[in-house]
Amino acid sequence: MSISTYNGAAIIAMSGKDCVAIGCDLRLGIQNQTLATDFKKVYKIHDRLYLGLAGLATDALTLNQRFQFKHNMYKLREERNMNPATFAHMVSKTLYEKRFGPYFVEPVIAGIDDDGTPYITGMDSLGAMETSKDFMVAGTAPNSLWGVCESFYRPNLGPEELFETISQCLLSGVDRDALSGWGAVVYVIAKDKSFVKTLKGRMD
Amino acid sequence: MLASERKPQGFDFDLCKRNDWLEKQGLKTLKPWSTGTTICGVVFKDGVVLGADTRSTAGETVADKNCEKIHFMAPNIYCCGAGTAADTENVTGMISSQLELHRFRTGRESRVVTSLTLLKSHLFRYQGYISAALVLGGVDCKGPHLFTVFPHGSTDALPFCTMGSGSLNAMAVYESGYKEDMTKEEAMELTKRAIRAGIFNDLGSGSNVDLCVITADGAEYLRNIDMPNPRTFTAVPAPFKIGSTPVLKSKDLPVPSLETQVTVETTATAMDMS
Repeated sequence: MSISTYNGAAIIAMSGKDCVAIGCDLRLGIQNQTLATDFKKVYKIHDRLYLGLAGLATDALTLNQRFQFKHNMYKLREERNMNPATFAHMVSKTLYEKRFGPYFVEPVIAGIDDDGTPYITGMDSLGAMETSKDFMVAGTAPNSLWGVCESFYRPNLGPEELFETISQCLLSGVDRDALSGWGAVVYVIAKDKSFVKTLKGRMD
Repeated sequence: MLASERKPQGFDFDLCKRNDWLEKQGLKTLKPWSTGTTICGVVFKDGVVLGADTRSTAGETVADKNCEKIHFMAPNIYCCGAGTAADTENVTGMISSQLELHRFRTGRESRVVTSLTLLKSHLFRYQGYISAALVLGGVDCKGPHLFTVFPHGSTDALPFCTMGSGSLNAMAVYESGYKEDMTKEEAMELTKRAIRAGIFNDLGSGSNVDLCVITADGAEYLRNIDMPNPRTFTAVPAPFKIGSTPVLKSKDLPVPSLETQVTVETTATAMDMS
């Protein structure tokens, strides 16, 4: 058994034309025992920036609190919100600080810049960043998620189309993973609109 | 500020005990991304060529198909990294910023040996636990230089060198093709072939070739100069029809204002001012 598969998670982020989407499954388990089916792994940092944390749930919750705290301190000092790229580097450095005793999480960050440019990045538990133009996945079903994303993703989708693509990828990806699933939630952030939808998925 | 947030520098070992305990419970730790890599460099007549592949792996999974392994150190110095991705990125970043401060202080161009010494002393201090294997190259007032740095802090100065899991494949090409005082074009071609040897024969290396050519006139970063592995199948699938995903609940969120705005959320109750 691995720490990364203790609680179970599936997260995808995708970028479109002047928009991004990030979604996650809703299961929280302890190994094979399902505890909750309303456990969101995507956290809001501000209106245009969301953070997904897969891995050990206790660490994900702790880290989310630390990032909220750091973001609030930044806002007090700078009187503005953090840029997605700035936030991503902050996350990366926070993780690398714990190089020899890491938090067991894999973050995925999705947001849009001041000018509406999409920004997506993923990291390992030590904070090695991978900024992607198209999509990023994390969790206990990375192989099936990578697979569906590679074949269904197309560039320059609008918010509504992007929602359909990321949702289909997420739902079909988690169906081949026992540790994630039980419904899903998807956030879409565009320049002039933003919405969240809870998806109907298999409950087994 | 909280005491736990007031950490000026250095690593934080807070979670080590807990993580050891978790491991003793039989839980395996996460696999960090590594750059099972082919990186190499060669000195030519008036400069240095550095080369790298662009695959990053997490176990057997390709984590990144087109990552950057040639890191900026100074305008006249670049560094290829192999090993744990987080380590190579951070160690080169830290030393690069120290070099910049040093340039501001002295008003002189950075020397390759300076960055070599900073890198090796940092790595030696951590006794090999920071797993970064580097190929460092640059041109300074003393001419072109090429070094390899091992994770434990030992270094070599060589006319051509390779590192990473594909180092044997690349070295075979260098050993058979190296000549003294090559032209820039010859050195670039040889390095490209060395990286391709890694890409095609080493499973840890793949995708594209990155080169960096450094001469006394400056550095040329040639990202994806060779792309021998393009997609062979249809890349544009038919789009999904809007409304084809079953939705249980839908909510519009506040329209993200692009202007800078600040609201600090607080869960604490307001102070009693009466």
